[in-house]
Order: sequence, then C-alpha cells, then structure tokens
Amino acid sequence: MTTTNGATAIDLKSVKVFYNDKLAVDDVNIPIYHNKITAFIGPSGCGKSTVLRSINRMNDLIPGARVEGQVLYHNKNLYGDNVDPVEVRRRIGMVFQKPNPFPKSIYDNVAYGPRLLGIRDRRTLDEIVERSIKGAYLWDEVKDDLKKSGLALSGGQQQRLCIARTIAVEPDVILMDEPASALDPIATQAIEELMRELVKQYTIVIVTHNMQQAQRVSDYTAFFSIRKAEETGGQERRWGVLGEYAPTDQLFSNPKAEETERYIRGEFG
Amino acid sequence: MAQRALSETRTAEDQAFARSLAARHFRGAVWERFFQAAIVIGIVALLALMFNTVNRIVGLVAVQEAIHPSEISDVPLEQLSAEQLAAILTERLPSGGRVLVRDGLLGGADYYNANNTLTMGQFLPDVTLPESVASKKLSELQPEDTQALFVAAMDKNTLLDEVYDQVVGRDVVGSWPLTASLFNRADIEAEIAADHPNATLQWNSWLDLQFLVDSMSNTPADTGIRTAFLGTIWVLLLTLLVSFPLGVGTALYLEEYSSGNNWLERFIETNIRNLAGVPSIIYGLLGLAIFVRTLESITQGRTVISAALTMALLILPVIIINAQEALRAVPPSIREASFGLGATKWQTIWNQVLPAAMPGILTGTILGMSRAIGETAPLIIIGAATFIVKDPNSPVSKFTVIPIQIYNWAKQPGGQYQDIAAAGIVLLLIVLLLFNATAIILRQRFRRSLSA
Ligand SMILES: Nc1ncnc2c1ncn2[C@@H]1O[C@H](COP(=O)(O)OP(=O)(O)OP(=O)(O)O)[C@@H](O)[C@H]1O
Ligand SMILES: [Mg+2]
Repeated sequence: MTTTNGATAIDLKSVKVFYNDKLAVDDVNIPIYHNKITAFIGPSGCGKSTVLRSINRMNDLIPGARVEGQVLYHNKNLYGDNVDPVEVRRRIGMVFQKPNPFPKSIYDNVAYGPRLLGIRDRRTLDEIVERSIKGAYLWDEVKDDLKKSGLALSGGQQQRLCIARTIAVEPDVILMDEPASALDPIATQAIEELMRELVKQYTIVIVTHNMQQAQRVSDYTAFFSIRKAEETGGQERRWGVLGEYAPTDQLFSNPKAEETERYIRGEFG
Repeated sequence: MAQRALSETRTAEDQAFARSLAARHFRGAVWERFFQAAIVIGIVALLALMFNTVNRIVGLVAVQEAIHPSEISDVPLEQLSAEQLAAILTERLPSGGRVLVRDGLLGGADYYNANNTLTMGQFLPDVTLPESVASKKLSELQPEDTQALFVAAMDKNTLLDEVYDQVVGRDVVGSWPLTASLFNRADIEAEIAADHPNATLQWNSWLDLQFLVDSMSNTPADTGIRTAFLGTIWVLLLTLLVSFPLGVGTALYLEEYSSGNNWLERFIETNIRNLAGVPSIIYGLLGLAIFVRTLESITQGRTVISAALTMALLILPVIIINAQEALRAVPPSIREASFGLGATKWQTIWNQVLPAAMPGILTGTILGMSRAIGETAPLIIIGAATFIVKDPNSPVSKFTVIPIQIYNWAKQPGGQYQDIAAAGIVLLLIVLLLFNATAIILRQRFRRSLSA
C-alpha cells in the first residue's frame, strides 16, 4: 500500500471532546489524506467513535457534548462561527455500526439524500439511485425489487444499502464506525472490497476493532489509548488520547510505542 | 411430567428441584386462570349491555288509529296519487287545510302573525305556484288553492306522512321489549284488548332509517335523531381539526425542540399529565367562561364551535401524552441516519420521525376522540340545546349531540322514550366504531408502510 503523502482532506488539530464537561478525548492531531483510508483502532472506550463523530459534527446532536480545537476541511474550521452543520454532514457522510436503513423502500432510502437537496425530477433520481446502488455493489441483488422495504434485506445488504444511501449525495469524505462488526465474514469481505473501490473516489475514515481488517484495508492507522488518573476522593478518571499515528504498514510492522505493540499483539484491550 | 424423566438419579437436589419447579408452574397457572376470568367477566358485561339495549329497541308495539284508513279511501293510502292525498288533507283538516299550511309551510303561527300581509308567492319564493294561488294571502285561500299548494310544496312521501299524522292519527299506545314480545305475547294481547280495543299489535324496530333521518318531534313514535347526529358529527370533526394539529404540535415541541432542562418546561409537562385527569365538568365551566362568554363575539355563544373548542381542550392532554410517547419511541438510529445525510432538523422530523411515530399518535387520537364522542357533562354546562329541530349547518349553529339527546329521552316518563333512548345508544356506538375503525385502518396503513 502506498504511503506517499498527498493532500489532506481533513486535519484534526488539538481536538478535545467533552461530555458534560468531562474530558473524553484529549488533544488529538491527525491528518486525513485525500483518497486514502484512515483507520482508527484502540481499546473499547478510548474515544474512536467520539473523534469520528466530531469530524462531521454528529456530536452536536448529543446534549452536553462539546468539541474544542479545530477540524480543518479545505483549510476551513468546521467548528468556526459561520459553518452550518447541515452542510458539513452533506459533505462528510457517515455509515453506522448497526445498519440503519429507513423503514422505506430501497429506492426511497437511496433517493432520500438527493431529495433533501431538492432534487425532484424522477429521471434524475432514477439515475442517482441506480448509480449509487451499483457503486455499493448491491445492484444485482436488488435491481428487480427496488420497491421492497430496506428492512427486508439481510444485514450485509442493509449495510451496503446504507453505503449506497451515503454515496448518493456524493460526499467528499465517508466516515464508517465499525461498519462490518455486525456482519458475517462473507458480508465483511464484501464491505472491505467495496471500501477499496470507493477510496478511488472518496476519502474514507473507518473505526475498527479488527486488526486484520485495519491492515487489509487502510493506508494510515491511528491508534488511540486510554489514560487514567486518580481523582481527589479516590475516583478514577479516564480519557482517550492518540497513542500513535503512522502509515498502516509501518504501524503494524514497526510500532514506535510499546503500548501500540502490545495492543496489536493482542495483549490488552 | 416430562421434566421428571430428565433426572433419573433422584438425588435430594433433584427432588428439591422437581418440587420447586412444580410450584413455579403452579403459580403461573393460577395467574393464567385469573387473566382468563378477567376476560370472561368483560365479555359477559359487554353481552349484557348489548342484550339490554337490543331488547329495548326491537319488540311489539300497539298502534291505534283515530280513523281507520279504510274509512278515508278504498285503496291503501300508499297507492293514492299526490293530488288525492292533498285532497284528503284539504277535506279532512280544519279550515280547509289552512292550519297545516300555516304551521307546516309558513313557519308556524308566530312567524305567520308577524308577516301576515305577505302573499303565498312572497312566503314561498322557491315553490312554483299557480298564479291564482301565489297572489293570495293565507286567509283568502280556498280549499282548491290549498290542495294545489300542498301538491306544489310537498312530495308524495311527505303528503303520505301528513295524512297518517294529521288525519289517520296513528299513535303508539304501548310498547314491549323483545323478550316479553317473544315469550308473553298472549298476556300482551289480553292487555291490549282490555285497554285499547281499537289498537293493533305489530313488530317494530325503533332504530330504523326513519329514526336516522327524522328530526326531533314531541311524539316518541315520530321522533328522530338527525339533528343530534349531525350535531355530534359537526362537534367531532371540529374537535379533531383543532386538537390534532395542536396536540401533535405541542408534543413535537416538547420532545424535539425544547431541551426539557429548564423548570418551566418541566412544569408544563407535569401539568399536561395532571390535566388528563381533571373531571370533564371542569372543562365545561372553562369552556362556558372562555368560549361562550368571553369570546362570544367570535363563537356566537352556545354553538358548535364553542363545544368543539371545549372538547378539544378536554382531549388535548390525551393526544399530547400519547404523541410524546410515540415520538420518544422512534429509534435514535433513524434520526442519526437522517442527520448524517445532511437533513435539517425539520426534514428529519417531517420525513422520518413523524411517519414512524404516526401509529402511536393515531392511537392517542383514537382514545381522545372516543372520549369526546361520549362526553355529555361539559356540553350540558356550556349549554347545548336540548330541544332543537334545526340542523346545525355551520360552526356557529346551535346544536345538540347524541349523548344529550339520549339523556333527555331517558329522563322522560313513558316506556317508549326509553326505547328510543336505547336506539340512540346503539347509534352512538355505531358512530364510535366508525370513527375508531377509520383511525385503526389509517394506523395499520402507516404500520405496514413502516415494516418490511
Ligand atoms: N453520549 C455520551 N455521553 C456521555 N459520555 C459518552 C457518550 N458517548 C461516549 N461517551 C464516553 O466517551 C468515552 C469514549 O467513548 P466512545 O464511544 O468514543 O469509545 P469507542 O472508542 O468508540 O469505544 P467502542 O470501541 O466500544 O465503540 C467513553 O468513556 C464513553 O463513556
Ligand atoms: Mg465506538
């Protein structure tokens, strides 16, 4: 896999996230390269999902969540004053851990995003739907029955439908939070192959618990770990930090930090 | 038991397990019996109610006539032409039928006395009258004029009704419930022969088409429920029109927009829950003070709209609470997916949250409307008319509703009034079922469109 540094799509600069004024992730700095797959790995609770959600401002939807620092997109801070989170999410799409198609037909699921943008013309919508479902390698399985409910598909098909739905609005970046963790090995393989295809057009960030998956699909890897501190009163405070960031080959073959090495060898987490 | 076969060894532990298992099954069985008993009691109560009602509606009645139809005409009255029926009316009624013209066509004695200089043509501009009739005043009408007037102004069925009412003088002098009619016919016949030798016995159902389409009358045999039925429909539709958008809107605001953190919002929510339990008569007093008195210039006082607004207040808490529950039950994953695709808050609510919550919202609306259909107390307070013959035709019409009508009939002396009250109850239940069936069908359609 290539490790040459191209242009970054997104730059995380000193990002801190708080939930109800409790620090959840401290001081994260990661470049996310254009047309590359960046993987977030690390033990449970270290803040991978938290950082991922801060990239397209999904954290805004959580009452009490607060982001400090800068998320630069085309050199513009997404947390700046005159940035509309609706526009951010339209440019930076998201695929969730649990497949969550809308309780609507396959067609309406994929056409939902374009319709939000005001596209009403039937012919245009048909084209977008077909292109997106083909882009998610789902077309052959559903082309005869686009009127069927999205909920009637298998888990793996549902997740590919969610990906089709995301690429229908043609975002720049796609965030995926453990997209294959609810799927069987065959569906997982389909999703992984799909990611390698999609990365030709899109920039992808993926959270995964699966070391092999990170090695197989990603170009860069960010390893998060947990810091602990004793509070006055004997309580323990935990927060996540960026442990190490490197090209994937390098991080797995030659980790700099001892912590990273122990994690990828499966000794904790 | 099958379980016993599993523990061949029969250690002390096995035996204890078997004993406790039997006790556990027994406890479950007791509860199951209890639930069965509960449903049986419910069904028995429902059947008793239905039997009691139907028993009153259908049965024998004794009909007595002042003059037998054969004395008026050789052929059955139904076969006479409109002209012949009009001739009978003119011939048999006082003043050559002029009293019937005044009370039946010209708006009654009071109205006529106030306008007695007008001619027939001026009184009845919509009716095409022969010139000789149109130019005359009431006092100048000759019998042939009244006859022409009857033919021009009433259709044949109305004329037939008038002949039966005014000339034949058909009157129901006794009625019996279904059980007595079926099993005690001999006693009834003996009673009739003794009290009303001229009366004849016949089967009758108080709930018939005539009951639906007739307006109120002060003889039970002729009275109908049309006015109250229309009143109920008007009040219900307006109530729905007001309370559904208001209730769903409030629930949406409380669930989706307000943070729910400040004391004012918590106070409001608590009070909506308390309002659901306030006795309906209190809402009646509120409606009287606000809609009937304070807003009289808009609502015109004791009208359909005042009643509908009062009912809307009454059922709003039910609709709001149920809508809130329904909105809360919408899975967060649907919202996240929508926001994740770049939907605005309103687009997410309109396209995803509301459709997903709609079955629950409709359930709450059904509950609220069912309550509104049967409510009587608040409407009595705000002064729904108890005896009106004019159908409501606008939001500011005077009105009465079915439950009030039932109440008025039920408190009259005389068995026949009890019978028509029963007929009114059945009609009320039918309206209730129709409303609920519509809402349930709607709900099922939403459900089906949401599931796989
Ligand atoms: N909505 C929330 N409200 C409060 N605290 C939260 C919320 N979401 C996450 N946290 C906290 O933030 C920390 C990081 O959580 P996060 O979900 O980002 O971890 P993660 O690395 O994605 O874990 P996993 O691998 O199990 O998904 C945890 O301590 C968690 O308790
Ligand atoms: Mg996570």
